[in-house]
Amino acid sequence: MSRAEDAQSRASDRNGWLLSAPALLLLALAATGPLLIVLVYSFLTPGSYGNVEWVFSLDGWRGILYTRDIFDDSMKLADAHLTIFWRSVKLSLLTTLITFAVGFPTAWFIATRPPAQRAMWLFLITIPFWTNLLIRTVAINEVIRNEGVLNSALIGLGLIDQPLKIIYTDTAVLIGMAYVYLPLMVLPLFAAIDRFDMRLLEAGYDLYGSRLAILRRVILPIVKPGIIAGSILVFVPSLGAYVTPRVLGGGKNMMIGNFIDLQFGQGRNWPLGAALSMALLVVVTAALLFYVRAANKGDTPHG
Amino acid sequence: MTKQKDSVLSDITIEARNTVKAFGQGDHAVRALDDVSIQIRKAEFFTLLGPSGCGKTTLLRLIAGFEMPTSGQILLDGADITYLPPNKRPVNTVFQSYALFPHLTVAQNVGFGLEMQGRPKAEVAATTERMLALVKLEPMANRKTSQLSGGQQQRVALARALAPKPKVLLLDEPLSALDLKLRKEMQVELKRLQVETGITFVFVTHDQEEALTMSDRIGVMSAGRLQQVGTPRDIYTKPVNRFVASFIGETNFLPATTAPGGVRLDCGAVVEVATQAAGRVTLTIRPEQVHLSQDAGAIPATITNLVYFGTDTHAHARLSDGSAIVARIPATDAALTIGQTVGLRFAPGAALVLED
Repeated sequence: MSRAEDAQSRASDRNGWLLSAPALLLLALAATGPLLIVLVYSFLTPGSYGNVEWVFSLDGWRGILYTRDIFDDSMKLADAHLTIFWRSVKLSLLTTLITFAVGFPTAWFIATRPPAQRAMWLFLITIPFWTNLLIRTVAINEVIRNEGVLNSALIGLGLIDQPLKIIYTDTAVLIGMAYVYLPLMVLPLFAAIDRFDMRLLEAGYDLYGSRLAILRRVILPIVKPGIIAGSILVFVPSLGAYVTPRVLGGGKNMMIGNFIDLQFGQGRNWPLGAALSMALLVVVTAALLFYVRAANKGDTPHG
Repeated sequence: MTKQKDSVLSDITIEARNTVKAFGQGDHAVRALDDVSIQIRKAEFFTLLGPSGCGKTTLLRLIAGFEMPTSGQILLDGADITYLPPNKRPVNTVFQSYALFPHLTVAQNVGFGLEMQGRPKAEVAATTERMLALVKLEPMANRKTSQLSGGQQQRVALARALAPKPKVLLLDEPLSALDLKLRKEMQVELKRLQVETGITFVFVTHDQEEALTMSDRIGVMSAGRLQQVGTPRDIYTKPVNRFVASFIGETNFLPATTAPGGVRLDCGAVVEVATQAAGRVTLTIRPEQVHLSQDAGAIPATITNLVYFGTDTHAHARLSDGSAIVARIPATDAALTIGQTVGLRFAPGAALVLED
């Protein structure tokens, strides 16, 4: 590389940094900064009326898994916390599975429409995004509550005589989250299926593949990047979901998001809330890395 | 059992009986295939030749099982396979786009069909290796198909389709994406593979030269109909109609009227030719069968243009009635000039009368 080229590349390098400076500044102030505050808070002692006292303590982190016995002051495993973590992971995985099971045929349907119609179908899929999340969730509540649309209809049809108890259960949370996050699964799946060369189906069919074999051995491996992207987009926000479990799960069926909120509110245990937030961040990052690994490993398929 | 015996006795592998394929409904229906019947023999290199939209690819897709005919039958070794799905037919296709699986290696692509048939792993591996050797791609076995050149991808597609040892191999314009030099090589290669494997090849192309050089027999198609079936020599020297004559090779068409012992061209010259037709006809003669002549009976013509091709010169000329004719004059012949009047003579037996 000549000296002139070198100087030019350094100049364009400098320009790039200058151009991205506002965004970097915003990231530093709005993302990294608060995150650091949360990290610091997780190592402090809770104040009596919320807030923190500037005394170093690991109780926040210990409190994730352990709870102090009020009688003998010993530490024991906090079953209630574990239940909430397990529920969060279980519901998030189930949400991912349900959105995939519903979203894959939907995405396939859209990708196989004539190009002129696709925009319309994609628009229909994204319509719920135009409505406030809280309103959508309350609307779901209206559908599934004991005197709601679903139960009234079923009772009216004589199919059941007692209302189905769905609201304020894990099932209600699951229905709500699957509904809310479905577009996040459909869009990346659509993008992957849209790139899929449909002529490969004929090739597989010609080479003695059954429909199921073609799905397993040709379609799924090729659209896998879309499946992984969709799963991440659904799983990650599900794990930290707040509004949906709050509105549809009632007070008892908390997920991590509600549990964290509780610590900053009535719980008056900011260090525990901060430690929980950091732990969630670590778990999500680990899950992402796992997904990405799995995606790359898929390049050397079986068979 | 009788079926088996029939297929042993007859040497027909694939047969289409009165197949019609219509797309669309009612008045808008388009007949891509209009009552096509064809018999393709065992271990034959058969080419379906025709311009785009003539129905040749539709016929291929009916044989492969990707489409069902509107009416008519497809038979394989005498058994009706008209409604059998593609994965149940011992027929494989080399696609125009190759349609290789991008997530699999070359070897996995080649072994795909065998694996789907549930063959044992050892057999899949052994056959895959043999097939890769056949198309000379052993060093590429573990590459992704996207890392290969067009010609190599073509070979993978061939090996993949041949690996399950189909009774019929269908090739849908497989060479159209290759450059000229590679195409010539693959023509030789394809012919070699067909002879070595002894599998019936049904090859679809719009390239008449490809058809002439590779095929045992050619079926010429146009507008959903089979125009003529025959050996390349038959098709070239005895075209049954004007379409076949003009689609395969270059030829001259001269308006004429039947006369005793032959036909009288509009310029007045009489050409000796066998015909049962009466009245207005068209005489066709290939440019290489038109010679210069000093004879008294030669047809007078005026040279309008000369195009030099190295081995020969294409002399464009006009007869006295104004009809155009092209003659291929060997380079060794006397020098001609534009505007010169010459005598033309047709090689005996080379001219044909067409009623169309």
